[in-house]
Amino acid sequence: MRFSKYAVVLLVLMLGLALVVAGCGKQEAPKTEAPKTEAPAPAKKVVKIGFIGPLTGDVKTFGESTKNGFLLALEQAGFKAGDYEIEYVIADDRNDPTEAVNVATKLVSQDKVQAIIGSVTSKATIPISEVTNKAGVVQITSTATNPRVTVDDGKRKEFVFRACFIDPFQGLVGARFALNDLKAKTAAILYDQGNDYTKGLAEVFKTNFEAGGGKVVAYEAYSKDDVDFSATLTKIARLNPDVLYLPDYYQKVSLIGKQARAKGIKAPFLGGDGWDSDELDFATMEGGYFTNHYSPEDTRPIVVQWVKDYQAKYGAVPDALATLSYDATKILLAAIAKANSNDPVAIRDAVKSISASVVSGDITFDENGNPIKSAAILQIKDGKQKFITSVNP
Amino acid sequence: MENFFEQVLNGLQLGFVYALIALGYTMVYGIIKLINFAHGDVFMVGAFLGFFGFTNWGLTIIPAALLAMVICAMLGVTIERIAYRPLRYAPRIAALISALGVSLFLEYFSSLKFVFGPNYRVVQAPIREVSWEILGISMTNVQVVIMVVVISLLIALQYLVYRTKIGMAMRTVSFDHDAARLMGVNVDTTISITFAIGSALAAAGGVLFTLAYPQIFPFMGIMPGLKAFTAAVLGGIGIMPGAVLGAMIMGQVEILTAAFLSSQLKDAIAFAILILVLLVRPTGILGKTGPEKV
Repeated sequence: MRFSKYAVVLLVLMLGLALVVAGCGKQEAPKTEAPKTEAPAPAKKVVKIGFIGPLTGDVKTFGESTKNGFLLALEQAGFKAGDYEIEYVIADDRNDPTEAVNVATKLVSQDKVQAIIGSVTSKATIPISEVTNKAGVVQITSTATNPRVTVDDGKRKEFVFRACFIDPFQGLVGARFALNDLKAKTAAILYDQGNDYTKGLAEVFKTNFEAGGGKVVAYEAYSKDDVDFSATLTKIARLNPDVLYLPDYYQKVSLIGKQARAKGIKAPFLGGDGWDSDELDFATMEGGYFTNHYSPEDTRPIVVQWVKDYQAKYGAVPDALATLSYDATKILLAAIAKANSNDPVAIRDAVKSISASVVSGDITFDENGNPIKSAAILQIKDGKQKFITSVNP
Repeated sequence: MENFFEQVLNGLQLGFVYALIALGYTMVYGIIKLINFAHGDVFMVGAFLGFFGFTNWGLTIIPAALLAMVICAMLGVTIERIAYRPLRYAPRIAALISALGVSLFLEYFSSLKFVFGPNYRVVQAPIREVSWEILGISMTNVQVVIMVVVISLLIALQYLVYRTKIGMAMRTVSFDHDAARLMGVNVDTTISITFAIGSALAAAGGVLFTLAYPQIFPFMGIMPGLKAFTAAVLGGIGIMPGAVLGAMIMGQVEILTAAFLSSQLKDAIAFAILILVLLVRPTGILGKTGPEKV
């Protein structure tokens, strides 16, 4: 009697497992119909591309925009590159490093993709790059700006590239802008000590701001789960800096910004591309500046066309995340066409030597897989983003 | 010096919010010797209900807070009825695991798209934030609201526990279930009421939290829950004034460390103090020493 009870439980568990497996199986075969049964005819020429992005969680708007850009690029290419058809698989990393490794491993070993576009944040992308580089799968991240995405301890991860400029460049541009355009003499910096992206920006900003003759009066850390910044902000309010550098994502800077104003800090806020979201608290961040990859107000024809296409499909102005993801996908498709192969090594070599004109600028890659191109400075003005200037490397 | 007082004020604000959560932990522990890990998540549900109250349902702040408290009280009673009561005479570890299960359930169930959804939400505060400068100390109306509300709730709770019949029943049950039953106290009802009160306090804490830190998400209860639990242990778990004292210490240590030492050290020092206190007084600052009855 007892035994049979366990047997029933076991049966139910197995059934549940079967359901889960079946569910996964369904996801694996997206869009294009399954290849016809094992006829001796030459197999269809297919390149499988994986997409990883934070589709839920604390930066989900980043993931959504990125996915939109990715899909639009594929669609415009007719799901084709060279002689190859493109299949794609979409995965959600929830902006969590552990989850990112899980989905990357699944894409590489189960779905057998040849290339991955993603992920969005450095903290999820760095672990993914370890997986792809080891497996020999080409990865182009659209927006992970930390140097360690493509280079680790001086060792180049040969299969990993990015479509955005890196943290040192953003920190440098931010520091120069603060010194030259805002005429700031003192700055306070607040960063997340557990996040490679904000730490990277903060460090480079500090070095360059000091090198340019400025003084960093406060250099304070917090951790991801913190919601109370009153102690640090009270301290900063007394030091009265000319600018407050907040290189974090839109949710956190909105929260910090609000408390900073409540503590009587009047200095303008300055930040990085993490601010680029509709869910930024525009009222609080009014007057703040941030460095970004592109501006939809740019008048180059390629930008105008892109904004038009994106609006036609999604009914919104594309943000930098959508743009960079579009660019990353374009670069990958161009490389696949150029290599005309589904061999990751051939695709990788094609990416290395590519020279393309994409929405965020004219791109070539340096020896570390980083693009060489320009940066834009935007301001939050009257509840909108306003293009201020663009800065060359 | 003004800087110091302003920081103390910041610490009070944080400490008061911790106190509301810590009280729930300590009341439940006092009465059934269970660490109710789901308490931090009830706090989260309270914050979400408050948020829905004043954004979607068009309530003003006080009705929204009361509604959140009532619903969370019912949630607390339900949790106790389903997850803890059947295990009351099981080994204590079973109830503890059950509590962890409830906690994870609440977090992940709320993350589902048709419940609260997994995303962060920005709370548009129902009251306009105003900040004043008094004697060089800047202070906001939100801080005042938090302190006034928490102090009144503490007074009400003190009255309830020491001046009413149900409070007496609660104190009796916390001494000895069987003896209480012999005296004609309905133990099950008393325990349910304890959960209801504790959860309502957590909900109030949640709503106040959204005023001060206007950003909510399904996992927001973990950190404050952990800190409040630490506060309860620090003050002596099971003892109500201990929970408030512990929460005040946690709030001050966190803020003052960030203000005068380094913002990177604040959690490290807060928890180091917990360890030191427990080494010297294993039952917490106000804890009774002496053999624990099992």
